[in-house]
Amino acid sequence: MENILECRALTKTYGYRTALSNLDIAIPRGRIVGLLGPNGSGKTTLIKLACGLLTPTAGQILIDGKAPGLESKAIVSYLPERSYLNNWMCIQELIRFFQDFYQDFQPEVAYDMLQRLNIDPRDRLKNLSKGTKEKVQLILVMSRRAQLYLLDEPIGGVDPATRDYILHTIIGNYNENSTVILSTHLIADVEQILDDVIFLSNGKILMASPVDEIRERQGKSVDDLFREVFKC
Amino acid sequence: MEWTFQPDRPIYAQLVEQIQLGIVSGRYPAGSRLPSVRELAAEASVNPNTMQKALAELERSGLLHTQRTSGRFITEDQEMIETVRNNLAYEQIHKFLENMRKLGFDPAETMALMEKAAKEEY
Repeated sequence: MENILECRALTKTYGYRTALSNLDIAIPRGRIVGLLGPNGSGKTTLIKLACGLLTPTAGQILIDGKAPGLESKAIVSYLPERSYLNNWMCIQELIRFFQDFYQDFQPEVAYDMLQRLNIDPRDRLKNLSKGTKEKVQLILVMSRRAQLYLLDEPIGGVDPATRDYILHTIIGNYNENSTVILSTHLIADVEQILDDVIFLSNGKILMASPVDEIRERQGKSVDDLFREVFKC
Repeated sequence: MEWTFQPDRPIYAQLVEQIQLGIVSGRYPAGSRLPSVRELAAEASVNPNTMQKALAELERSGLLHTQRTSGRFITEDQEMIETVRNNLAYEQIHKFLENMRKLGFDPAETMALMEKAAKEEY
């Protein structure tokens, strides 16, 4: 299967509100894709649909050619916007927890990243700062050998040095078989690590293009283009 | 090497230029092996596919060549490296002349100023 993620006329409504409307997307393997858009444009809804946490109102979303389910969860690593981890657990326990849940989890990778970021594995989650909690969660997600990483705002809450480290981790983790989709507002920070960007606006695709094509055609960065398109 | 990127041009094109600069400045010596795509991408903090595209472009121009199993090498053709060096110099000069024109100096006036400034440096 060439495309790791495909949406066909994907629509999601919450009551009278349309979150995503008639989306067609095809994302191949081996890409790093930025999901960009203002607040409420449908980024998180799209990611949740891909994880199987939400079901489409109409249309289809396919992971490696199949609807989200048990099989897709084994190959998708998801970083939610909010933490779902148990606050009373210490990091070591969380690592064992992930090892139990995911066959592709690599504890040695997790311990290595913890060390690089000076985080003590014996610490309990509830005693950590907000930023450190986010780091731990991202470490757990990136320590899987998944085929699709769905990262909802992975760098929003961390300091610039950690941001660099995270972006390096994403690049270092790159292989032709896996794709990373990340949503963010911090476009300038991630722009140079992205292959493609998808601009969402009011649940529709405003633009889907390789980063260098935008720079070539528009003579400006994706960040500048975003500010122009979504000017308030 | 410091990798920096301007916002108004494709990243791969800027990678091509900066690697060219690395070659003419001797940071990547003629005939030597270039680091892998992965290493270079990590060093420059760019997408590996973008780095791959830049290296492919440099290969097309002949500045790099691939040896099937052992990686990418910089050309040993000194003449070619010299040509690239001159091209890069011309680009800088044209940019400079353009900026001087914006300040209201024609090329002759710019030359005169240049000579004065060069003397003052020593």
